[in-house]
Amino acid sequence: MSASPTSRRRSPATFVLTAWLGGGLILFLAFFYFFGGWSLSAPADLTLCNGDEPQSLDPAIITGQLEGRLALALFEGLTTRNAKGDIIPGMAESWEKSPDGLTYTFHLRPEAKWSNGEPLTAYDFLNSWERVLNPATASEYSYQLYYLVNGEAYGTGKITDFSQVGVKAPDARTLVVTLTHPTAYFLELTSFQTLSPVPMETVKKYGDNWTKPEHIVSNGPYVLKEWRLKDYILVEANPYYWRPVRVHRIKVLPTNNPMTCFNLFYSHKTDLILDTRSIPSTLVQDIKNEPYFHANPFGATTFLRFNVKRKPFDDPRVRKALALALNKNDIVTKITRAGEPVANTLVPPGNAGYTPPQGLIYNPDEARRLLAEAGYPGGKGFPDVSLLFATRGSGPGDVAAEMQALWSRELGITSIHLRGQEWKVYLNTQQLIDFDMCLSAWIGDYNDPQTFIDMFVTDGGNNDTGWSNPQYDQMLQTSENTADPAQRMQILHDMEKILVEDDVPIVPIYFWVGMSLYQPDKLGGFEPNFVDDHRWGEFYIPEKKP
Amino acid sequence: MTAIIFRRLLQAIPVLFIVVSLTFVLMRSAPGSPFSGEKKMPEQIKAQWEKKYKLNGTISEQYGDYLWDVAHGDLGLSTQYFGRTVNQIIAQTLPVSMVLGSLAYTLALLIGVSLGAMAAIRHGQWGDRALTLLALLGISIPNFVVAPLLVIIFAIDLHLLPVAGWGSLDQIVLPALCLSIPFIAGIARLTRGSLLEILQLDFVRTARAKGLSEETVLFQHALKVAILPIVGYSGPAVAGILTGSVVIETFFGIPGIGPFFVNSVLNRDPFVTCGVVLIFSLFLILFNLVTDILYFVLDQRVKLA
Repeated sequence: MSASPTSRRRSPATFVLTAWLGGGLILFLAFFYFFGGWSLSAPADLTLCNGDEPQSLDPAIITGQLEGRLALALFEGLTTRNAKGDIIPGMAESWEKSPDGLTYTFHLRPEAKWSNGEPLTAYDFLNSWERVLNPATASEYSYQLYYLVNGEAYGTGKITDFSQVGVKAPDARTLVVTLTHPTAYFLELTSFQTLSPVPMETVKKYGDNWTKPEHIVSNGPYVLKEWRLKDYILVEANPYYWRPVRVHRIKVLPTNNPMTCFNLFYSHKTDLILDTRSIPSTLVQDIKNEPYFHANPFGATTFLRFNVKRKPFDDPRVRKALALALNKNDIVTKITRAGEPVANTLVPPGNAGYTPPQGLIYNPDEARRLLAEAGYPGGKGFPDVSLLFATRGSGPGDVAAEMQALWSRELGITSIHLRGQEWKVYLNTQQLIDFDMCLSAWIGDYNDPQTFIDMFVTDGGNNDTGWSNPQYDQMLQTSENTADPAQRMQILHDMEKILVEDDVPIVPIYFWVGMSLYQPDKLGGFEPNFVDDHRWGEFYIPEKKP
Repeated sequence: MTAIIFRRLLQAIPVLFIVVSLTFVLMRSAPGSPFSGEKKMPEQIKAQWEKKYKLNGTISEQYGDYLWDVAHGDLGLSTQYFGRTVNQIIAQTLPVSMVLGSLAYTLALLIGVSLGAMAAIRHGQWGDRALTLLALLGISIPNFVVAPLLVIIFAIDLHLLPVAGWGSLDQIVLPALCLSIPFIAGIARLTRGSLLEILQLDFVRTARAKGLSEETVLFQHALKVAILPIVGYSGPAVAGILTGSVVIETFFGIPGIGPFFVNSVLNRDPFVTCGVVLIFSLFLILFNLVTDILYFVLDQRVKLA
């Protein structure tokens, strides 16, 4: 540009530049003075990466795993878990189960208290469960109380009198629960955050803001001290908790970038990475033999859904052929590579008392035979279909591409296209069953095969395949009314056989492994467990060996 | 001039209105809902949530409700972060981004102008060529490459600075540097180009003929004219840098507003998206106005309209 020189001797240009620079620095220092410096507060005994910023800390509202970890540090239900993941007494010190499995009588600990020192009573449970079921609360997991007599009726607004619901508090230390059918995993549910007690007075007084550090009252091993959005959460041992907590102060980082989490861990700024998704998948190969890398089987499965209402997947032979042609070993050794076990069943191993069916095992010859029988010999004439996956990280896309390659190699099908969609769009497409095939995953809600198997009842909220089998529906009902555990497990086994061997609306691909990073000499009380549920109250810091 | 500024600010209102309207309608017509998750939410529960967030009516009713609230200074509730208002989220995260951004831009101006001036003086020599190449690299290498590289060198290998985090002075150095690199490069190129042109002009020749030292010619005479294009560049640049960076703030774990621009869309959090878009538009309008005023102050030929 051409500009004539300014006539004045002291042009404002230098002034503006200096002012700009000076102003920038002053602005920076001022902001820093007012808004910076908060992370300097209170050093913690343990710092951990929890995966992301929690959506909420209200036990009745939250549904995610990372929120659950925090909520279960702050709140405790009638039962809880030890480091191994076994159910142990929590707020209830003991309980009795009636012989028909329908009535549970819980006895609360006499020393049970809230973090403000107030005694915790059976009425607190009663009111908190009413809150979960109350339609106005809009608790997504309220169905966990539908096992109670009239629980569903109250939860869906069909009745409005809570005294008709199967939970009573005859006195301050006794809670009697009546179930509609013997629910073998009920004590698992009582350890889950949804069924935790919440301080109703605080909830009523502060509304949506009751979980803010300045208001919250809790009953678990920890109390919330500070919570800065996307910055950190600080929890401190609850002095009124019924047993001593060994790690006094825990700082929780919401870092959601796996590489950042790993950098923090590697430079000793964090002691524990709890979330599998917070460990960079590209690094797993390099670090999996390090002493700080820990992986354990975990109750979650990646599987393929067919839309059985669409051609050619309305033909079970085609579905079976595609299932038999998948060399899943290729997928776990080439793509996921964190030691995931190959899945031939939907229910992950590790459920006590449950023997899964064999499932369909890789057999390309049989697959080709079935495909030819269905009218597509050597993949000829196979229609154009697509495989839907979520583009969240590279994982699902890579798995889908490998499956596409395997089907092309084994069956000669070259008309399968990949269809990646952004997470929320993917969920929408899946729920509308607007796909041919869909790569999905399911994390069990509790340690029982039922959480996987009941998904596929006719028109189930998470069926999402269009598949329906009246026999399957009937068997689920029978199993729910069976009090004998062995008999019940046998029915569930037969149901899963229909699902993964006979009708095949889904193809299990691999089971997940829960990964975590910590130095074993710096953290104890963290044991691999099948539910990937690590209660912070169990943590301790090992004494330094001389 | 006050009247002109006032008029320009009034003109901003329809602009902001259009921006918010478009964002809201786009967000609400995108497939997927704020309440869709891995498990299907029962209809009656979804209905409760939609009622709570005033997302239950037709899209025009929702839009009407939202505009009414915005006009009253209430940017709504986050559907992703339960119980947090958009106002609270912005109040907590925007200052963080502004601290980082103001430092980064100050750095960019200091280093950029100096490098550009050095290159112009050494026009055609190896120093100029090296700086031009560096500037090109600085502009073209994306943040998500620079940031991990700097972390590996300065934090992991040399242990000089922390890898991530927020709250102490050493934690701000690397992210501010990463954030400023493309701006340093941009400013250096602008300064060099502008200064080269001005050094050819008559008034510079006159100044040299008067026997003034090269430093005086450069700093007292040429640079103050050459700075004009940088002022023009700075308006949108400052608006952008003060409202945070998705990549830098995510990578360094900084609790700023930047990641909300992307994540709120992915989470279909309509009010947060609208809120952050509104803030960015406001900054853009304000800093463009500041730029115009500065032009007016610096160059008497410019008239404010």
